[in-house]
Amino acid sequence: METAPHTSSGIRPAKLVIEGVSKRFTSQRNMVQALDNVSLSVAEGEFVCLLGPSGCGKSTLLNIVAGLTRPDRGRVLADGRPVEGPGQDRLVMFQESALFPWLDAFGNVMFGLKLKPDLTNRERRRIADEYLDLVGLGTFKHAPIHELSGGMKQRVALARALAPDPHVLLMDEPFGALDAMTRDQLYDDIQRIWGESRKTIVFVTHNVREAVCLGDRIVLMSPSPGRIAQVFGIPLPRPRDINSPELASYASRIAAALKGTTNGAASE
Amino acid sequence: MKRAALAFLFFASLAGAWELAVRSGRWSAVLLPSPVLVAEYIRGALLDGTLIESTWVTLKRLLVGYAAGVLIGLPLGLLTSTSQFLKDTLGALALGFQTLPSVCWVPLALVWFGQTEGAMLFVVIMGTVWSVIIATDHGARNIPPIYARAARTMGSEGFHTWTRVILPASLPFLVSGMKQGWAFAWRSLMAAEIYVTILTGFGLGHLLHYGRELNAMEQVIGIMIVIVAIGLFVDRVLFSPWERFLHRRWGTDLKEA
Repeated sequence: METAPHTSSGIRPAKLVIEGVSKRFTSQRNMVQALDNVSLSVAEGEFVCLLGPSGCGKSTLLNIVAGLTRPDRGRVLADGRPVEGPGQDRLVMFQESALFPWLDAFGNVMFGLKLKPDLTNRERRRIADEYLDLVGLGTFKHAPIHELSGGMKQRVALARALAPDPHVLLMDEPFGALDAMTRDQLYDDIQRIWGESRKTIVFVTHNVREAVCLGDRIVLMSPSPGRIAQVFGIPLPRPRDINSPELASYASRIAAALKGTTNGAASE
Repeated sequence: MKRAALAFLFFASLAGAWELAVRSGRWSAVLLPSPVLVAEYIRGALLDGTLIESTWVTLKRLLVGYAAGVLIGLPLGLLTSTSQFLKDTLGALALGFQTLPSVCWVPLALVWFGQTEGAMLFVVIMGTVWSVIIATDHGARNIPPIYARAARTMGSEGFHTWTRVILPASLPFLVSGMKQGWAFAWRSLMAAEIYVTILTGFGLGHLLHYGRELNAMEQVIGIMIVIVAIGLFVDRVLFSPWERFLHRRWGTDLKEA
């Protein structure tokens, strides 16, 4: 199962190509090599999970793909074009709620849509309604953000990220702050939505079971310096149940490999 | 209803204590007029129109000066929040001038503008603008950076980010800054009216001043009560709707004004 470049059949065109990306952060006291010569290619419609312990550079890599951080070396190609900055073709869903409290749920979903000049206002409203329905929050359209639960907030964030129809959806530990039951529900939803929309998704997590449940491929990263340690293909059928024994057996193998990367780092 | 009744009871007993203090005869009636006398003065001044006219003159100055102070202070505060250089220069200037009691601007205003409406406005604006700058700067600096990042990924940049993200995100701070600015403007105007005698308009501060000159303590106390009442009223009318909106949207537990 190891180092499978693509999972399902056929050769799909590469949606994202990460070429030799390096990034270091320097503070007054020390220097961290967050990413060291990382290369990765993500196919169209693929669900890739970046998995690793904290400090392995997975979030940095996501930010570089999003265009929010510039790499020191290397480059990212999205649809064959080099990434120069943020773009509506690559939308990000953040770990903490980045929803705007001065807007209601509908207003938040509309924010990105209003920045698409080729839509009419009528189309924007229709699309916003559609995506709020898709995440099951149609009835909470005009709810103030602070009245929503953590899970509902992340659903609104998901609708907001999906509504402008990005080619790539970047998710930075979006369920990290949620309780287990809410998360299990969201795993089902995200698989259903991904199945319908066939977006290319890059999903950052440190939760092994979450990665196995969601990813076509799992890119295991190791810290200091941040590198790709191993790539696993997960050929399990979908929709996957996070509590299934097949999933657990994959997860335990990957967890062992993850342990190896952290121990290796500690002994360096 | 119960709250209103309790509040009424409180103020009624305050007036009662005042009346008792007058009747005890320990203080001269010239220095401490009875509440009845003060109420009579207010009634008389309302009926002959002097109070209405003065209030109108004062409120006009206040609104113009305050609006100018906010319109100048808001963009400057947003500006100082963007760079350390501006914070160290303009921001430091604002901080310094904010500590300066606004009555200290009066001598300068008199020399520069003479006994004119311009002098009044100058004092009010100087009293307002610095605190608005500081509150706005503080607000814009405390916006979680994730809002701007999220907006950037959705294609927002430059002016759009300022008007659609930074400004609304700092709204809670702006409102408290504007509220503080309002308090400063009101104080400054009273100082200006007491010290600057001009012929173009006779404000509440002037009534207060001449009350002292005529030794009419019921006028002095009556006008003070009117000033407090106006302060409370404007605070409600101007800021309560904003605070209710913030409360609804942010869910923050802002104290009701």
